[in-house]
Amino acid sequence: MTSPGPGDFKFIISVSPHVHSGQDVRSVMRDVILALVPGVLAGIWFFGFDAFRVLVLAVLGCVAFEIGMNRLLGRASTIRDLSAALTGVLLAMNLPSGSPWWLIIVGSGVAIILGKAIYGGLGYNPFNPALVARVFLLISFPVQMTHWVVPAGITTGLDGITGATPLGAAKEAAGLGKSLSETILPDTLQLLLGNVGGSFGEVSALALLLGGAFLLYRGIIRWQIPVGFIGSVVVITGIAHLLQPDRYLGPVVHVLAGGLILGAFFMATDMVTSPVTRTGMLVFGIGCGVLTSVIRLWGGYPEGVSFAILLMNALTPLIDRYTRPRVFGQVSRKLFEEAPSS
Amino acid sequence: MSYSQTFTRGLWKENPIFRLLLGLCPVLAVTTSVENGIGMGLASTFVLICSNFMVSLLRDFIPKKVRIPAYIVVIASFVTIVDLVMHAWFFELHKSLGLFIPLIVVNCIILGRAEAFASRNPLSLALVDGVGMGLGFTLGLALLGGVREIFGSGSLLGFPLFGAGYPPVLVMILPPGAFLSLGFLLAGMNRLEEKRAIRAGETYASPREMDCGSCVLCKLDENITDR
Repeated sequence: MTSPGPGDFKFIISVSPHVHSGQDVRSVMRDVILALVPGVLAGIWFFGFDAFRVLVLAVLGCVAFEIGMNRLLGRASTIRDLSAALTGVLLAMNLPSGSPWWLIIVGSGVAIILGKAIYGGLGYNPFNPALVARVFLLISFPVQMTHWVVPAGITTGLDGITGATPLGAAKEAAGLGKSLSETILPDTLQLLLGNVGGSFGEVSALALLLGGAFLLYRGIIRWQIPVGFIGSVVVITGIAHLLQPDRYLGPVVHVLAGGLILGAFFMATDMVTSPVTRTGMLVFGIGCGVLTSVIRLWGGYPEGVSFAILLMNALTPLIDRYTRPRVFGQVSRKLFEEAPSS
Repeated sequence: MSYSQTFTRGLWKENPIFRLLLGLCPVLAVTTSVENGIGMGLASTFVLICSNFMVSLLRDFIPKKVRIPAYIVVIASFVTIVDLVMHAWFFELHKSLGLFIPLIVVNCIILGRAEAFASRNPLSLALVDGVGMGLGFTLGLALLGGVREIFGSGSLLGFPLFGAGYPPVLVMILPPGAFLSLGFLLAGMNRLEEKRAIRAGETYASPREMDCGSCVLCKLDENITDR
C-alpha cells in the first residue's frame, strides 16, 4: 500500500468560525417567542378575547409593515427570520388589552419603520423597536395608553372592569398627598399570578419568570442584565420604602407590578440593543434599574421601565467601548512601562 | 449671477432649511403650527432683508477684523424693531413665539448671508438674495408647521380637518415630532432631487451644498483679500 500523496486529500479552506452552534437569527427569535408563550397565555386568560385581538393585530401589523418596508427599500424579505413577528408579540404585550385597533396598527408601523427599517433593518437599530413604539404611543395617546382594564377573566360574564394599575394608584396617592395605607393595593399573590390591572403581557410575574428561565436555560440571554436590573430596583426601592413606608411601595410590589420582569428578561436583553460583554451587561442592567427606580419613585410617570431601557440603549455603544475585554496575551500599558528592560 | 437665479436659489436649490440645514433651532422649536411657522418666517425675513441691505451698504466701510461684531449690531437692531412691533400689534403670536424672537439675532441664516453674500455683493443683489432666502425659510417653516399641525392637532391654520373622532398624535407637536417631520421631509426632498437628476441623465450625488468643498465660510479671508 502506497502512502497517500498530495492529491488524495481534499482541503477545504475557509475563514473562522469553523464550528457553528447552529444558532441563527431565526432560532433565537423562535426561542424568545416560545419563552413569551406563558406570559401571552396568562394575558389571554386574564383579559379574555380582547387581549388575543391585540396580539393578532400587532403581529399581523408588524409583519405587514416589514414586508412593505422591504419592498419599498428594495431589500430581501426578512419575514422568515421571525424578528418582525417577535416585535409584534412584544408590542402587543406592552399595550393595554382594550387598545383600539388603530392604536395597534400605528404602533406596529412606528416599531418597524421608525424603530428598525430607517436604521437599515435588524441588527442596525440602536433602540428596541417594540419599546420605541410603546413610548411613541404613550406620549402621543396618553388617554388610550393608560386605559387599564382590571382582569375579569374569561370565566366571569363581565367584559372587564377599568381601574388603575398598582403603580398608578401609588403615584396618584403620592400626588394627592395621601398615605399609601389609604390606597387599595392587590396582595403579593395576586401580583405574582397576574390578577391585576396593566398591559396585556406584564401582569403575570410567574408566567414571565417561567419564560425568562427558559431563555436562560437555552443560553439566549445571560443572567447579568435581568439580575442587575431587578437587583438594583430592589435595593433602591427597598431603601426608599424603609425610609418612608407611607410614601413608597415596598420592593416586592415594585418587582412584581408593572413591566419590570417583562422588561428585564425580554426587552433589555435584546441582543441588538444591549452590550455584548458580560461586565457591560451588568452595567447596562444596573443602569436600567437605577433609571427605572428614579422614574417610578420621583418621576412624572408611574412606570419607567420602557424609558429606562431606551435611555440605556442609547448608552450601549459607550458601555461596549469601555468594557472591551483584554485581548489574550495583551499586557496593560502600565505593566509594560514598569517592567524592567532586559 | 443674475437676479432671477439669486432669487430662486433660496427657494429650492439652496433652501436654508432643507438644503443648507441652517437656523434649525427656531425651525425645530416653533413649528408647532402653520401660523407660528409663518410668523417666525416673516419676522426672520424682515430682519434678513434689512440686514442684507445694511451690510451691503456698509461693506466698504466695515474693517475686516471687526466685521462680525458689526454685523451682529446691525442684526440686533432690526431684531429689536421686530420684537417691539410684534409685541405691540401681534401680541398672541409674540407670546407663542416667546424667546425665539430675540434669538433671531443669532440665527445662522442671517449672519451667514451677511458673511457669505451681502458683504461682497452690490446692494440690489443683496436685497434680492434676502427676499429669496427669507421666503425659502418661511416656506420651509410653513411646510414643517403644516405637517406637524395636521398630525399633531388634526387641524390646518386652526381649522379642524378630520372631525371630532380623530385622536391627535401629540408627539408631533412635541420636540420629537419636529425631528421626525424634518427627517422625513429631508428624505422626501432628496428623493425628489434624485429622481430629477436621473430624469435629466445626471449622476446623482448627495447635495453639493452639504459637503465642505462648496462652503465659502472658511475661505472668507482669502476672498476678501482678493477683492
